[in-house]
Amino acid sequence: MRPEVRRMTGEAALPRQNGELVFDAPWQGRVLGMALALVEQRGLEWDDFRQRLIAAIDADPTRPYYESWTAALTDLVVDLGVAGAGEVDSRAAHVEA
Amino acid sequence: MSDEHGHDPEPLSDVERRARALEELLTEKGIVSSEFIDQVVEAYAQDIGPMNGAKVVARAWVDPEYKRRLLADGTAAIAELGFGGPEGDHIVAVENTPDVHNVVVCTLCSCYPWPVLGLPPNWYKSPPYRSRMVREPRAVLAEMGCDVPDDVEIRVWDSSAEVRYLVLPARPPGADGTSEDELAGTVTRDAMIGVAR
Repeated sequence: MRPEVRRMTGEAALPRQNGELVFDAPWQGRVLGMALALVEQRGLEWDDFRQRLIAAIDADPTRPYYESWTAALTDLVVDLGVAGAGEVDSRAAHVEA
Repeated sequence: MSDEHGHDPEPLSDVERRARALEELLTEKGIVSSEFIDQVVEAYAQDIGPMNGAKVVARAWVDPEYKRRLLADGTAAIAELGFGGPEGDHIVAVENTPDVHNVVVCTLCSCYPWPVLGLPPNWYKSPPYRSRMVREPRAVLAEMGCDVPDDVEIRVWDSSAEVRYLVLPARPPGADGTSEDELAGTVTRDAMIGVAR
């Protein structure tokens, strides 16, 4: 695990159960994987994601943790110009189960 | 996913839709590949989930009474250690012995006990593993680097939505005096699926 991810503290820290990281559902793992992969592939700093995660948590502190990850990942994707916010929204509306 | 396996298709939540949309966009635009995301997730799953299962196994190795409860009612014994949740219902622990080696597969989809093993590895979900492990387990295990002696029976357990299996590996010989925590550190995810001994 990237040391800077492991070291995230405060409200941006990964949730742990009995000292270990856990996902409640597969999509949470996909979102975590996408964030790490995007940072890696674009040569970004982990902090580029982390700051957006902190902002997303601040914006809605009661939102479940990985939903904030998803919001932060959306922000990063939009800010990098990979897709527009509207494009993400409309794609999400048309995803098939 | 198959209906026979009891996976009633549930409507996707908004956040699941968004996660799916993001992955589609990132992969279609060639920013990251699904395979790379798989690798990252697998690395994290390896770091993350299986430690819960390792703690269950180590407890069973040091506490015969706990082991008895684990084999009698896996879900309840696992809950004693605080592990449970989605995909954690009806976990059955199967014990490796000198005469029997157990291995777990899900032939129809990828049923898997998340609370004790984390996310399933990619190969667990692959069609070749799912089909061949049932037909020729000894050969597939050997290909995966797990040689099971000819005089050891291999039992293949097909997971389903109703029952998920966890292999209780044999306690390593000569481990007397090793602490439970140290023992837990020796238990691998693959051993708990049964593709390692």
